[in-house]
Amino acid sequence: MATAAIRAEGLAKRFGKTRALDGVDLVVEPGTILGLLGPNGAGKTTIVRILTTLLRPDAGTARVDGFDVVRQGHEVRRRIGLAGQQAAVDEYLTGRANLVMMARLYHMPAARARARADALLEQLGLAAAGDRLVRTYSGGMRRRLDLAASLVAAPPIIFLDEPTTGLDPRSRLDLWAMIEGLARAGTTVLLTTQYLDEADRLAGRIAVIDHGRVVASGTPDDLKRSVGGERIDVRAPDTETLPAVRRAVAAALGTEPALDPETGRLTAQVADGVAGLRAVVRELDRAGLAVNDLALRRPTLDEVFLALTEREVAS
Amino acid sequence: MGWLLADSWTVAKRHLLHIRSMPEKLSGVTIQPIVFVFMFAYIFGSAIAVPGGDYRQFLLPGVFVQSMATASASIMAGIVSDMASGVMDRFRSLPMARAAVLIGHTGANLVESVLGIVAMAVCGLIVGWRPELGLAPTLAAFGLLLLFGFAMSWVGVFAGLFLKSSEGAQGLGFVLIMPLTFVANTFVPTGGMPAILRAIANWNPTSAVVTACRQLFGGAVPAATAWPQVHPVLASLLWCAALVAAFLPLSVWRFRRAMAAR
Repeated sequence: MATAAIRAEGLAKRFGKTRALDGVDLVVEPGTILGLLGPNGAGKTTIVRILTTLLRPDAGTARVDGFDVVRQGHEVRRRIGLAGQQAAVDEYLTGRANLVMMARLYHMPAARARARADALLEQLGLAAAGDRLVRTYSGGMRRRLDLAASLVAAPPIIFLDEPTTGLDPRSRLDLWAMIEGLARAGTTVLLTTQYLDEADRLAGRIAVIDHGRVVASGTPDDLKRSVGGERIDVRAPDTETLPAVRRAVAAALGTEPALDPETGRLTAQVADGVAGLRAVVRELDRAGLAVNDLALRRPTLDEVFLALTEREVAS
Repeated sequence: MGWLLADSWTVAKRHLLHIRSMPEKLSGVTIQPIVFVFMFAYIFGSAIAVPGGDYRQFLLPGVFVQSMATASASIMAGIVSDMASGVMDRFRSLPMARAAVLIGHTGANLVESVLGIVAMAVCGLIVGWRPELGLAPTLAAFGLLLLFGFAMSWVGVFAGLFLKSSEGAQGLGFVLIMPLTFVANTFVPTGGMPAILRAIANWNPTSAVVTACRQLFGGAVPAATAWPQVHPVLASLLWCAALVAAFLPLSVWRFRRAMAAR
């Protein structure tokens, strides 16, 4: 068996009384993307900080590219790139100067460092902004520069901690395309995210983290199947017609939809989304009911989460 | 060791590049001491009697030393903001010498101090200060000032590693620098101070460096009996060596710990 790019066993970490990690096992095969999915405070960042040698685990072991993160930290640091939650770039330097500095700290000779900075600025679409101070950059440009900084040494393994949090949709799509490009070129990526669609789009495998533990892992399809297919959302135009709409949806799908009292939205879980949607449309037509909103969607992170944590409690 | 120096130089260049994008960073070693020179030379000076009677000759060494001490407050703020912004994490995830992050910063501080000394010397010459003993003692005084600035910058680094916010850094900088530079012979002779304050002032490292500079620049030095005031150059060197020997290793230790604990 080839060496896993990342292998963690039984990682545990406490901060005072808070148990941040409570026995985390992870394996990431070379050249794949693992998504760590979970809410704020679940322990995702703590995992990244341990794997990137910024933090010592209280218990457990982790190897990155075969090197122990505690005892062989220097070897690990030579093989990884890290882009954190905040864009950790220097505001008062130009984009180019940031990258040259990074390359020099990886001990590249000056000429090669400059060439590498130019190549990365080009690759991440920052060539025109390379000589501007980073403080004039937009949020999306900062994140791209931060990603570039983590790629300076062309590391075989990169860690991206919530790379798109707070970005506008356009910048998010750009960054996704860049991360996909990296994986295609053979880089192993571990990324953390709060967004199911992001993990779904990018990651070959997902580990769902909650309260410092891996509560589920598998391919995106595995996870979605495990929480029961797609959802149909229907919103009645007003409270008078709500009961009728509710009856129509129940009749169409053979299952009682859940009502969100805040928004007045009815949600039903369906095995076959398209067939379910057609049945609902037919039923609403027959009853002569108009609706404000009718949508087919995948489970949200909340729903995946509720389903997974409910199962935890039950078992 | 080779990488420690190379990495420190790379980090130092980062801080020196900051001067270009935020020249106000230099105000602590330029504008502020220049204001002090004019304020004391023309406003307070008329009311302060000094041995030899030439207050400006007395004042300039004090302002030089004060500005060296002030530089430690700016490095403290820099450390705090790097810790808060994730830049420190980035450095720590690199295969670089970790101490270089701190050494590079203090090294850059030293270069800023050189610029500050030049600015203040020009300003001093304008108001009538003169180095009277020739080139070698004058350069020795500048060297001593830089050494003191370097030693104080390690105090600033160490303090910065304990703080969470730049507001805290400003507050602590004020609390640290004011007594250090005012409970001293910086602006007035210590002879008129109450006994306890006089003892503190005479043993204050700031006073040792100030007296050493007064001797090296030439000019009247108040008569003194306290050991650091009788042997000011030796006392200054000992003080600086002690500060570096204590705060450099403490800072590196704290740097490793402060990061690991977060």
